[in-house]
Amino acid sequence: MTERRITRRDTLKAGAALAGAGALEAAHLATFARAWAQSAPWKPEKGAKLQLLRWKRFVQSEEDGFVALVAAFTKATGVPVTVLNESLDDVQPKASVAANTGQGPDIFWGLYSLPHLFPAKCLDVTDVADYLGKKYGGWVDSAVTYGKSGKGWIAIPVGYNGNVINYRRSMVEKAGFKEIPKDTAAFMELMKALKAKSVAGGFALGRASGDGNAWVHWCLWAFGGNLVDAKDKVVINSPETVKALEYAKELSTHFVSGTASWNDAFNNKAFLESQISVTNNGVSIYAAAKANAAKDAKAKEVMDDMDHSLWPVGPAGKPTEFHVAYPMLAMRYTKSPQAAKAFLAFTLEAENYNKWLEAAVAYITHPLNAYDANPVWTSDKKLTVVRDVAKRTLTAGGLGSVGEKAASALADFVILDMFASVCTDRATVKDAISVAERQARRIYR
Amino acid sequence: MTGEHGGWQRLRTNRDWLGFWFMLPAAAFLLAFLVYPLGLGIWLSFTDARIGTPGNFIGLENYEWIVGDAKFQTAVFFTLLYTLVASAFKFAIGLYLALLLNQAMPFKAIIRAVVLIPFIVPTVLSAIAFWWIFDPQFSVITWSLKKLGWIETNINFLGDAWNARWSVIFANVWRGVPFIAISLLAGLQTLPPSLYEAATLDGATRWQMFRYITYPLLTPIIAVVMTFSVLFTFTDFQLIKVLTNGGPAGSTELMATMSYNTAILGSRIGEGSAVSTAMVPFLLAAILFSWFGLQRRKWQQGEGND
Repeated sequence: MTERRITRRDTLKAGAALAGAGALEAAHLATFARAWAQSAPWKPEKGAKLQLLRWKRFVQSEEDGFVALVAAFTKATGVPVTVLNESLDDVQPKASVAANTGQGPDIFWGLYSLPHLFPAKCLDVTDVADYLGKKYGGWVDSAVTYGKSGKGWIAIPVGYNGNVINYRRSMVEKAGFKEIPKDTAAFMELMKALKAKSVAGGFALGRASGDGNAWVHWCLWAFGGNLVDAKDKVVINSPETVKALEYAKELSTHFVSGTASWNDAFNNKAFLESQISVTNNGVSIYAAAKANAAKDAKAKEVMDDMDHSLWPVGPAGKPTEFHVAYPMLAMRYTKSPQAAKAFLAFTLEAENYNKWLEAAVAYITHPLNAYDANPVWTSDKKLTVVRDVAKRTLTAGGLGSVGEKAASALADFVILDMFASVCTDRATVKDAISVAERQARRIYR
Repeated sequence: MTGEHGGWQRLRTNRDWLGFWFMLPAAAFLLAFLVYPLGLGIWLSFTDARIGTPGNFIGLENYEWIVGDAKFQTAVFFTLLYTLVASAFKFAIGLYLALLLNQAMPFKAIIRAVVLIPFIVPTVLSAIAFWWIFDPQFSVITWSLKKLGWIETNINFLGDAWNARWSVIFANVWRGVPFIAISLLAGLQTLPPSLYEAATLDGATRWQMFRYITYPLLTPIIAVVMTFSVLFTFTDFQLIKVLTNGGPAGSTELMATMSYNTAILGSRIGEGSAVSTAMVPFLLAAILFSWFGLQRRKWQQGEGND
């Protein structure tokens, strides 16, 4: 393969073009932002200021995009916004304590069912949700589930993080497959062939709250298993769960060794070093490979050879994916509810959101149908599958409610530990199910 | 002058009361930051409180639940194992290091400072270093052994229940040894040289000197240091949180990490408080053991050595 050498002149030209485009963009954004502030239904209180606590970014360009968006908001409305970053796991406890004590950041941006842990403490944002839904082609189903409590909206799900299958095309081909199979039976064959003839893959079985939960929930649901039914009654002890566990156990025999110790970062490292062929992750591996491709031949090889795929469908007969949802909520105690609402609405306006989506290079997927048209989904074919994750994902809690109980079950790793203990031979299928069942009964009592 | 005024005057100037006034700030501090949180934690463990709701009194229900919970049982078992094994190793290695460092040798000050490094490095950082050392794909240990041709496959440090347990215990020992070594070294330096001179004149061997002079005189320090060490180990949190987060499947869960996961991440404060309150009896037992078992020597109370 020949590499086109990038000369200093090219770089200068590109830089100048970028800067020019950037200045134009910025000017356009400022005009839009000012006009928006004039016409928006939410007028920030006098002297309002906002503090926002978000999860610490995984992709730098996403954060840069978000910072630009925040700056534009401040410019348009005169409301200063302080952004605090916390690691993903720490957002929920901080938000819970803030909700409990009635003081802290005005806006929290967290995971899954965060607003449903304290629905009474969240600012009602029904007007914001209606405004955005009407303007941008409606909310996807899962966004309605995550955003609404009872009749009103208590949060705005501003994005999703697709957790998809990452694979190396060459390694999959070497195992005799063209692409990731569409059903669970063929997927088993692929993993088996990969280990036997090519490079093995693997999914996290350690307490990886992102990747681990994503794949075991997919597996449980793919076979029709569920922790609870629509009425929050515990139904984990079922023949479907047994089938899911048996499938996972067999699948795990084809994994690379050590996946039981993987947290969310291990598979990224292993994939980038070409140690594994298939794993599940966000698009951050691809982003990392791309970022280093210019100066690292190995990273370039990974970037060129890898691709993403949606998950195979199991006997349940429909997609059973579990993607991360990122709801943003404002606390009822905020002194500037109008400013907070204005910020939530501003974030999802096309002029801001489209740019942010592009900056996040598919790390964030939109909750509003109109953003299917964003060029990020078509400019790079390897990212196209991530466009649909918000529409395909099931919600935390599965068939059941999306609230505190679902969050508790996730935090306690009820499902993940059940799978891990079976796959690592620490418990029989029957024992693992009864441990999970007992825990779930307690959580869902 | 009224009687009450006189009473106040006495409270202000009486020497016995003066002691009380001096104690008051410290007592208030202990009450506010120690007794109150502990009491609140114990109270919460008898309620069904969740984050955001005060909860109702439910008696021993939380305790009944955790006692029957397989994950709690595993956590108690591993917490005890972790504490006992790690403390024993830390004591043996720490004492050995202290004796070594107490010898005259070149660059003594620098070597003593170097020994402290594992203790100085923030736990989370050393945990991340161990995270790489124990990595299933990129472990430096696996790599070296493979290069040497001693092993064929990667070592599954944290992916197998017992491997993971020994690995985190090793990391804890590495981290805890300096504290014990340096504290015991400080103790060693207070021992009067005259005793050793006398022993030398009597023709005592080095083992005899250790057994009959060093060890008995060092006992009070050992008691204090080991009490602290056991308490720190028993309540360890960061190392496990970063290295395994209690995995695989709860086999390295400690009571402390379980309490945090349940109370804060799972938002079931009542149940999490019950888990942490369940640690108290163990901690009390450790303190009482070191107090009665190691410190109640008559000579320590000035009554002669028998």
